[in-house]
Amino acid sequence: MSKRIDVSDLNIYYGDFLAVEGVSMAIEPRSVTAFIGPSGCGKSTFLRSLNRMHEVIPGARVEGKVVMDGQDLYGSDVDPVDVRRTVGMVFQRPNPFPTMSIAENVLAGARLNSKRMRKSEADDLVESSLQGANLWNEVKDRLDRPGAGLSGGQQQRLCIARAIAVKPDVLLMDEPCSALDPISTLAIEDLIQKLKSDYTIVIVTHNMQQASRVSDATAFFNIAGTGKPGKLIEMADTATIFSNPTQKATEDYVSGRFG
Amino acid sequence: MSQLTTSGSGLGLGHSRHLPTWAPYGVLVLAAAFSAAVLALAGFNLAGFLVLTAITFMIVLVVASRAVEGPRKATDRFVTSLVVGSFLLALVPLISVAWTVISRGAARLDVEFFTFSMRGIVGEGGGAAHALAGTLIITAITTLISVPIGILTAVYLVEYGRGSLARAITFLVDVMTGIPSIVAGLFALALFVLILGPSARLGIMGSVALCVLMIPVVVRSTEEILRLVPHELREASYALGVPKWRTVVKVVLRTSVAGIATGVTLAIARVIGETAPLLVTVGFTAAINYNPFDGRMATLPTFSWFSYAAPSLPVEASIDRAWTAALVLVILVMAFNLLARVVSRAFSPKTR
Amino acid sequence: MTATSTPPREAVPQQRVRQRPGDRIFAGLSTAAAVMILVILAGVAVFLVWQAAPALVAAPEQIGGESFWAQVTPLLFGTVLSAALALLIGAPLGVSIALFITHFAPRKLAAPLGYIIDLLAAIPSIVYGLWGVFVFAPAVVPIYTWLNENLGWFPLFAGPVASGRTMLTVGLVLAVMVLPVITALSREVFRQTPTLQQEAALALGATRWEMIKYAVIPYGKSGVVAASMLGLGRALGETMAVAAVLSIGGGITFNLISNQNPATIAANIALQFPESTGIGVNLLIATGLVLFVITFLVNFAARAIVARTTKG
Repeated sequence: MSKRIDVSDLNIYYGDFLAVEGVSMAIEPRSVTAFIGPSGCGKSTFLRSLNRMHEVIPGARVEGKVVMDGQDLYGSDVDPVDVRRTVGMVFQRPNPFPTMSIAENVLAGARLNSKRMRKSEADDLVESSLQGANLWNEVKDRLDRPGAGLSGGQQQRLCIARAIAVKPDVLLMDEPCSALDPISTLAIEDLIQKLKSDYTIVIVTHNMQQASRVSDATAFFNIAGTGKPGKLIEMADTATIFSNPTQKATEDYVSGRFG
Repeated sequence: MSQLTTSGSGLGLGHSRHLPTWAPYGVLVLAAAFSAAVLALAGFNLAGFLVLTAITFMIVLVVASRAVEGPRKATDRFVTSLVVGSFLLALVPLISVAWTVISRGAARLDVEFFTFSMRGIVGEGGGAAHALAGTLIITAITTLISVPIGILTAVYLVEYGRGSLARAITFLVDVMTGIPSIVAGLFALALFVLILGPSARLGIMGSVALCVLMIPVVVRSTEEILRLVPHELREASYALGVPKWRTVVKVVLRTSVAGIATGVTLAIARVIGETAPLLVTVGFTAAINYNPFDGRMATLPTFSWFSYAAPSLPVEASIDRAWTAALVLVILVMAFNLLARVVSRAFSPKTR
Repeated sequence: MTATSTPPREAVPQQRVRQRPGDRIFAGLSTAAAVMILVILAGVAVFLVWQAAPALVAAPEQIGGESFWAQVTPLLFGTVLSAALALLIGAPLGVSIALFITHFAPRKLAAPLGYIIDLLAAIPSIVYGLWGVFVFAPAVVPIYTWLNENLGWFPLFAGPVASGRTMLTVGLVLAVMVLPVITALSREVFRQTPTLQQEAALALGATRWEMIKYAVIPYGKSGVVAASMLGLGRALGETMAVAAVLSIGGGITFNLISNQNPATIAANIALQFPESTGIGVNLLIATGLVLFVITFLVNFAARAIVARTTKG
């Protein structure tokens, strides 16, 4: 299930504007990779280019290669829709579909694509996905209730369940805890630890403690100034980045001496 | 602005004087009593009483306020009573229209009105079954044409439209909103006359005319609702590997179905009462005609209009029919307005 | 993130993205619907001009003795006069009702009160017409008589007073009809006034009226102008209410309370149409074209004002 991603010389543009420049990195399977860096440094943009979500914005395009287990995600015959089925994503703010129940939200990937499914099959998928997202015990008695009625932390785990229900190989998380309270954050972090045995996980976070707690490798992005492109400064084991970075900028950032 | 900062009433100084809170009500009672007394001498009538009461109330209140509270507060009281008064004034025609339509329309609100056409009817009796059928048929066709075009156009503007075409469409929808209904009728007439010759009068012509009026309303309301759908929901759907068109249909439109249905229902309510465009496109007839592609049709608004403008003898019976048709029309419009609220409740997402 | 929040609008060479058939069909459908709007409006203009042309170029004797412009001028005058009256009465009333709903009425009542005013817009114009003829016109006759007796020297009130089916009555009925249009948009504008400024004004010790005068009205002025223009557009095109209420004598006069009134373009079409044939119909369509152009200009001006204010 879990796959390796190799990025080489990736430039990301919005129209004429170069947002991220020259990123090369390798993301290991069955591990958690964290992206840290100041606001506007392009880490979210880069994350969204890994499942071609940035293309949703008109005028967005990339140069370079993103190769997942030997296949270029930006190859001319690759459908971005298929990419997104293999590379799932969880967003900053929990966004369950308001018209759907908890169970329907979990099944959304299949239902929205009009995939036929037997009742027992669907029930199993709902249960396994919710189990996978550590949410089953809290919601198993009210699966037909609206997803929007859950707490923020539960909604975020519901979104994770929804993402893993389409059985992706990679899970991208764009600051998944920034809208949550500390207890819900802890629950999500526990979940990330559990999920990494099955998925390649990439997480963008503003919270350095979180990066050091959950990730195996950390990449630090920075930006030279407004209007300049974001760049990857340094990537290494999380322990190395936080204790012994090679770049001055990284050290300044992780030690809080930034800006 | 200097008068704001030099406000005289010092806080907590205790000497700023106010009229008691009941003062306006007291003055109102006084003014009413005074007016009643005056009119009792001059001959009572309701309109005079209300006007005189309003004027007396305003004068007394403003003078009292000026004496006790000072000129600034008096101006404030004056404006307040003016503003409240204008609202009450607007209620007068509303209540009067409602009362008149109900009381005069009720006279012929009987079974015969709904079961008979005017075919072969001379004098009293007869009904508007043919007109009711015509209105329902023409409105239904209008809705069937306008709703898909309107919704798809709104989808285009919100989800796909970029650049000059989208700007042009937005502008043209605004232009369309402002087309007078009689002009829409003349357009349909001009169009069909070219094809079918000068005496063409068909139900479908009326529908085409009404479409010109209904489409922009549907586009506007749908567009407004679609823009309210949070972008996060679209992204959530894309991230699950759902193609854009399925996202639009199953997430965006599904989420906004309550608002869209409400907008459509209100648009129906708006066009169902249109008279002028039907007058020039559908014409009028005394008998039932269910076929919108063959010949003239009667509709409720034109039925009401001709019963008034070209009454048959006895005139009173004809005028009664005009009022009853108007009442049925108002009931239809109100029913659609009410339906819009029910629909909006029934379809909106629930959180519990 | 600042990098993601400023995508340039212009689409530069897009990456070749393989489109699914479903996507292509749906995008095509919705674009087609949008283009349909363009086609319809072009159709309105083209067919109206086409059918109006015979009357526009006809010799005076073919269309009843007078040239097209000589015939349309009194109608134009009546149209503008009735709409102007409606605006003169309806705009101040509509604005002050909007103020009442947004700033004077208890907050809980604001929505239902707005709904009540919206009901005025839901009443079909034919109903206003019947009401105007049978209820309103007779009711205002005493007032007209009084005006005529006391202010008869003034050309507007020259009289003689007869049925009450006069230009002023039409103006009043139209005022009621445009009221909800003006109120609805003004309400929107007033509601969007920055509350901070309002609270600041109140904190300085302003009365409610002073707060409105300094913090609400300046902010909403252009919105109110635009609302009034939209109301004007509505009044210019109103047909049935005018056709039912107005007692028409032809000619141009400012006498607002007599029975000899100029017709309006829209009412004239509705009244003349059933008896018209041949070039007569072309003539009516030509007058409709004139009406279309006028309402287009008025609405265009209104939209331009709205666009300018929402942008600034």
